[in-house]
Amino acid sequence: MTQYQVPVAEKKFIGSHILVAILALAVGSLFGPLQAFEHAGWDFYTYLKPLIKSYYQGLTVHGVLNALVWTTFFIMGFLTFNVVFGLKRPLKNIVLNKVGFWMMVVGVLAAAIPILANQATVLFTFYPPLKANPFFYVGLTLVVVGSWVEGWGLFMTYNDWRKENKNERTPFVAFGSLVTALLWQICTLGVAVEILTMLLPWSLGLIDGVDPQLARTYFWFTGHPLVYFWLLPAYISWYAMLPKQAGNGKMFSDSLARLSFWLFLVLSTPIGIHHQYVDPGVPPTWKFLHSMFTFGVFFPSMMTAFTVIASLEHGARKNGGKGALGWIGKLNWSDPSVASQLLAGILFFFGGIGGLANASYNVNLVLHNTAFIPGHFHLTVATAVTLSFIGISYWLVPYLTGRKLWQPKWATIQAWVWFVGMIIFSNSMHVLGLLGAPRRVPLGLAPYVPAEWSGRLFQVGLGGAILFVSGLIYLVVMYKTATNKERVESEVEVPSAEPMQDPALGPAWLDRWAPWIYGALALIVLMYGPVLFEMIRTMALTSPGFRVW
Amino acid sequence: MSAQKMHIDSYERNWMIFSFILLVLFASAVAVAAFGMGIQVPAPEERVDPRTVATDPNSPWSNPGLREIAPGKYDAYILARAVPQWEYLPREITVPVGSRVTFYVTSPDVQHGFMIQNTNANFMVLPGQVSKLAVTFKNEGTYNFICTEFCGAGHGVMYGAIIVTP
Repeated sequence: MTQYQVPVAEKKFIGSHILVAILALAVGSLFGPLQAFEHAGWDFYTYLKPLIKSYYQGLTVHGVLNALVWTTFFIMGFLTFNVVFGLKRPLKNIVLNKVGFWMMVVGVLAAAIPILANQATVLFTFYPPLKANPFFYVGLTLVVVGSWVEGWGLFMTYNDWRKENKNERTPFVAFGSLVTALLWQICTLGVAVEILTMLLPWSLGLIDGVDPQLARTYFWFTGHPLVYFWLLPAYISWYAMLPKQAGNGKMFSDSLARLSFWLFLVLSTPIGIHHQYVDPGVPPTWKFLHSMFTFGVFFPSMMTAFTVIASLEHGARKNGGKGALGWIGKLNWSDPSVASQLLAGILFFFGGIGGLANASYNVNLVLHNTAFIPGHFHLTVATAVTLSFIGISYWLVPYLTGRKLWQPKWATIQAWVWFVGMIIFSNSMHVLGLLGAPRRVPLGLAPYVPAEWSGRLFQVGLGGAILFVSGLIYLVVMYKTATNKERVESEVEVPSAEPMQDPALGPAWLDRWAPWIYGALALIVLMYGPVLFEMIRTMALTSPGFRVW
Repeated sequence: MSAQKMHIDSYERNWMIFSFILLVLFASAVAVAAFGMGIQVPAPEERVDPRTVATDPNSPWSNPGLREIAPGKYDAYILARAVPQWEYLPREITVPVGSRVTFYVTSPDVQHGFMIQNTNANFMVLPGQVSKLAVTFKNEGTYNFICTEFCGAGHGVMYGAIIVTP
């Protein structure tokens, strides 16, 4: 059976997303190790002074480029690929999607200028009353609105497909991508309101002050589902692509995979206050309710773990895998795309456990804003997500460019080096956090650091150095692939793990959008309505801005 | 189309039941710790005007420091600030062992954090809000309190100490 071929125009369009994403990762990752080195007491920022003024400017570049730009561009590209490939049709209106893409690019440039000029050293959380140059907020707005426009283009494409295929089930990769795009449309309302009603007019001098507590609440309305915006594209690959690549496995349960995506849509937004357990201005009732729902959103992740592992095992056993765990050795570890994503999944297991600790209302008291938190999200967004995206790029870039992956062996080495570096980095960050080390501090220079931390601080630096090597290998592999003279023989096959059971036999309510969207909105109104209403009612725009970096 | 039923494999069903029970157990543990053992998180205390909180003579933070309200019971009014330099006022507090100290912390400028090492005391400090938390110091020694939220260039040097004397 020959596969549907993504048209050339769409290939180029998707490819431009991946290009911007990798460029952002390249620059952003340059600063990652520099942060880690500061913990170990190796101060490189002194030498960077003419260019980068401080650790915090570097940290802003690292956070914005890696957590926001690399992820958003890669995701919008990958979602577009999945919708076009899954529905077997070109974009309804590629011009609209291109408008969205260019808005995002202009937005990144608009935000990059003040960041590089040290006019927006506010980190990727940009908590007011730290006040950045207006272009920073304009840039962020353009990135968000551009991603909305691209989402609309995907929905319109789906609508056309649906009209022609009234009784068919949406192919899974397209379905998962549309849910992800929808989740993003809903959850970014928080940060849009924060910027448009407060931060932007304030930075332009139209209003004198902001309400920092309200701003944080808007921010985390978006900030937590952002995590699922990052994760769901990786889940799409783990569910419906990886089992095929890893050993010709089939997707264990199509219906439950769909159900888990719906649960993510419904549950990932009304839990954002779990980032604000120790905020002074949020009533504990709401903190507690959000903590209970946070346990709820863990449920679809547990379902995902089962289905993905069962699908992998299915393929491995067909290929002669034996034993309770012995089958893992039969997976196709020599394929760099497989190795990256399996290693990403293994570390995600530990990231999930740490996440449960963070979510636990009062347990969070010993973890909040400690080094445990960056330790945690380097397992999730910087490994589960990033290493999976890297793995996807190992087949997607050859698919889009028609050029062979350069030296797959080096690509596999890259994944393993990342894995090792991240274990060292992240483990020591978790331990330091439990010992009471704060986050966002160059600990090598902090006056209160006890001698007992020094061993762990050294490991942070060591892990950072190893990750740097892995990042370099990735960039070389990508550069050499994009310029490879060796072309792929025919077409690269898109990995597609067929479901074990025909999706058409699954219940029809799994393919209906309205009830789930209404459910998601209702839950948001229920969980955020009263607390936000009260905060807006008592809003005090009394905090003037500060530039103290 | 006829109404189809969802096919769920028996292993998967068991896994989902197990996951559900596990999450209920975790949630219950949190609830018991919160309501049974009283390990609570900060609650709204008071709104203040960050522009005047450090200067208004009627504001306790115009004269930050320790007040003894009863034998062994203290209120500590602490100002966390980034301007003109990154510091807590006062930087140091001395109390005898066994004291119960209720902290009232606010900021006249940007967001800060307040984490007392080797205790469960850890909260955000926001301009416009008062963060309140009570801690009993059962052992003597020096407890550093550290800023845990990025507050500008000097974030990494912002700390103070509670000295618990015999």
